[in-house]
Amino acid sequence: MSEPTIHTLTPNLWIDNYADYLYNYTITRVNDSDLSKDLVQETFFAGLKSAKNFQGRSTERTWLVSILKRKIIDHYRKINSNKGKAEVRMNFYNDGENEGNWIEERVPQSWHNESEKTIENEELKDQLEDCIDNLPEKYGMVFRMKTIQGFETEEICKELDITSSNLWVIIHRARTQLRKCMEDNWFNI
Amino acid sequence: MFKKLKITCDEATTICDKSQYNEASFFEKIQLNWHLFNCKLCSLYVKQNRKMTSLFQMKSADCKEETKCLSKMDKEAFKKELEKLEV
Repeated sequence: MSEPTIHTLTPNLWIDNYADYLYNYTITRVNDSDLSKDLVQETFFAGLKSAKNFQGRSTERTWLVSILKRKIIDHYRKINSNKGKAEVRMNFYNDGENEGNWIEERVPQSWHNESEKTIENEELKDQLEDCIDNLPEKYGMVFRMKTIQGFETEEICKELDITSSNLWVIIHRARTQLRKCMEDNWFNI
Repeated sequence: MFKKLKITCDEATTICDKSQYNEASFFEKIQLNWHLFNCKLCSLYVKQNRKMTSLFQMKSADCKEETKCLSKMDKEAFKKELEKLEV
């Protein structure tokens, strides 16, 4: 039986070898350039500080990614616990005899000239981006990971430490808000 | 039997959203279709939701083509900060 490979750390090469990879990894999850840079930098710092704990069983990139993942979870928990920050507007009554029914002023309206309005163009893309940007941060983060980046449900739940029912509540609220945003700012103007 | 099929508009539209990712179960799809028989608002939501999915797919295709890199300046700044820590 062959001996397992023992990997070593070369911190002086981290920036050249892994900075872009880690930055890309982060920005696909948090969609914020400055925040991504901060998280990558914090990852390198944390890596350096805990270098003595590296046992060499994984590659240094895998090890750095595992540190970065924890930073991303910490960030998600922080935005998730930000009380008083904008929540998505509710579309359904959440108690009383109408519980689960559409709130009158939020019911879907017919869209005018729908086929003309869905011809792909830059204006349409910009409006969609604006609507996504207007989602509360945690909704935007989960929505982008699931819908724009195409991550598997299981992967998102694992990375953000949330349940799948939690994820679907977030996706549902994000999508109903986005539908309404596009209705008000694109389809029916 | 019919009691189990009865769902609210909130639940119906949640299932509709799940089905946009092919993640609604067979039973959920039956519940959704049963609900749509009697609910014009959710039927409209379903139709518009499909359109929204095609817009999201267009956005997704654009994003996946992009690879983002750090600038040389950012990398130099990182290196300086790391060096401070190493000293």
